[in-house]
Amino acid sequence: MIQIKDLHKSYQMGSNSLHVLKGIDFNVKEGELVSIMGSSGSGKSTLLNILGMLDEADLGSYTLDNVSIKNLNEKVAAQYRNKFLGFIFQSFNLINYKNALDNVSMPLYYQGIKRKERTDKALHYLEKVGLADWATHLPSELSGGQKQRVAIARALASDPKVLLADEPTGALDTKTSYEVMELIQGINEEGKTILVVTHEPDIAEMTKRIVNLKDGRIIDDRPVNQILAKAHV
Amino acid sequence: MFNRDRWAEILEAMNANRFRTLLTAFGVFWGIFILVLLLALTNGLRNGVGADFGDFATNSMFMWSQGTSKPYKGLPKGRFFSFKLEDVEVLKDQVPELKYVSPRNQLGGFRGSNNVTRNEKTGAYNVYGDYPEFIKQQPMDITAGRFISYSDIGDKRKVAVIGVDVVKGLYDIDEEPIGTYIKINGINFLVVGTFKNPKSNGDQEEEANTIFVPFTTFAQAFNRADNVGWMAITAHDHTQITNVKQRVFDIMKEQRTVHPDDDRAIGHFDLAEEFGRLMGLFSILSLVGYVVGGLVLLSGAIGVSNIMLIVVKERTKEIGVRRALGATPWNVKSQILLESLVLTILSGMWGIACAASAIWLMNFGLSQSGPVDNFANPSVNIGVIFIALTILLLSGILAGLIPATRATQMKPVDALRIE
Ligand SMILES: Nc1ncnc2c1ncn2[C@@H]1O[C@H](COP(=O)(O)OP(=O)(O)O)[C@@H](O)[C@H]1O
Ligand SMILES: [Mg+2]
Repeated sequence: MIQIKDLHKSYQMGSNSLHVLKGIDFNVKEGELVSIMGSSGSGKSTLLNILGMLDEADLGSYTLDNVSIKNLNEKVAAQYRNKFLGFIFQSFNLINYKNALDNVSMPLYYQGIKRKERTDKALHYLEKVGLADWATHLPSELSGGQKQRVAIARALASDPKVLLADEPTGALDTKTSYEVMELIQGINEEGKTILVVTHEPDIAEMTKRIVNLKDGRIIDDRPVNQILAKAHV
Repeated sequence: MFNRDRWAEILEAMNANRFRTLLTAFGVFWGIFILVLLLALTNGLRNGVGADFGDFATNSMFMWSQGTSKPYKGLPKGRFFSFKLEDVEVLKDQVPELKYVSPRNQLGGFRGSNNVTRNEKTGAYNVYGDYPEFIKQQPMDITAGRFISYSDIGDKRKVAVIGVDVVKGLYDIDEEPIGTYIKINGINFLVVGTFKNPKSNGDQEEEANTIFVPFTTFAQAFNRADNVGWMAITAHDHTQITNVKQRVFDIMKEQRTVHPDDDRAIGHFDLAEEFGRLMGLFSILSLVGYVVGGLVLLSGAIGVSNIMLIVVKERTKEIGVRRALGATPWNVKSQILLESLVLTILSGMWGIACAASAIWLMNFGLSQSGPVDNFANPSVNIGVIFIALTILLLSGILAGLIPATRATQMKPVDALRIE
């Protein structure tokens, strides 16, 4: 599903240049649930943003679902993001003046899907994350865990190939974190490819494969015996 | 581009900060309000002053003799002379551009001594000796009977056409003037018609205080021989009286043996020129209206632009999120553009509507309180509204352009990092 080769990225800060990714080689097959671990500043988010086409690498190749991602103009990038990718952020990033249902509908809106169909689909995904009863509530009326569930429903709405989650549990307490991980595990069981950036080992243990980053290089890449979040809830 | 979802998005965004939206809208509202109102007021002045010109055909001039200032062919300077009736035919002959040439004589006048009597009633009125075509230069409504005719002129009939104010002065309320006699300077005239002025706008009492008698009768009755007091001259519609008047003067000088360079010998009042001058003034006033209103509107548009910039800045993160979810740059830009456009046009329409109401109120007040000097029927035509709307449309787009570009300048990843 994802092939990257020799990926480099540096940030220009005045006259200094910060070399953040120093040659990443990395493949993900369909249906995998991968966690990307590493200490703060090791380049996890940078890698995920490049995978998410929100940012561009300086060097190296990236293929997503057999499509080479290179020198895309913003319009095409936007369309690829819409079709191929679902994002889950640490701070949820819901649009605060839209209710849960409308938030979930957004990717569908940008696909040009008609209102009726959009509402049906969005409601279906809200049901899937257990929040159908909260459809008309604004984000400010939801708890942190509920917000992240809405965000997950939104990421799923356009039925993307890959879910990209950057510290999805970073703003949640342990119990809620496990509930969210349980949801993510369930979605993975249905066949969705998911990448989770985290620095929490217990969260990483709930995925099926851990990739360890240090100083912009992969130092370790191993499968894990997945711990089911359900057991901890 | 204008589906229901768009509208929902725009309304949602505007509702998110209602007070600020209102404040911004007010700038545009005020600009267009001022613009439309100023133009309407200018129109009111134009109509009012136009009404003061009466209904007299504007492509006209009045011409009178006023004494020579140069000796010529043995005749001394300072000589008084009169136009003669024969000059009228010469003018009509030699200047085919002239539509009407009416010789006129006058008796009495405003605050003059009483010159007209009927039974026990007397009054001081303007008495004119005129030709039938004068009514075409100075339109009047004949309320009963008729105006002077050519057989009156030919037979030198002692007939008179009198204004409604003369009727008021000389007759009792239930009396019928037609067929009665009035005495002008002791001579009996048969009343054959009454008239009033078509529009009683401004102060035109003098007009309806007037008596018309045939020119020839006048000349004979009041011993004017073939002298002409002054002439009212109207040109055909396709020529300007201002352009032919010099030829008229030249012919008259030759007719009356006046030095060709003696410009003081003939006095005149060029109605077309004066009218044109005033209308030019109003064009300038309209221009001022456009400029002032336009500037206020511009500051309104800048206000919209500013607010949209702030909105874009505030929503940087939201825009980043939207782009992560698949919004193309054009999605984002058109949203901002439309928001600014809708804001501008909606508030502008309100401005136009309020200005229209204000104009309506003014007209209502005017119709209640009666005519006001130099001001009548303030109004804007549909063309002005159209121009105002076009200006609004343009300013809405211009106001949104910079913010819209700004909105997609940042890379999505940087937009998302903003807190
Ligand atoms: N836009 C940027 N400009 C400059 N430096 C950046 C930028 N984004 C990230 N960095 C730097 O790159 C390094 C890696 O950042 P990041 O990928 O966010 O790490 P992680 O997510 O693993 O904590 C950090 O040192 C960070 O300060
Ligand atoms: Mg990070």
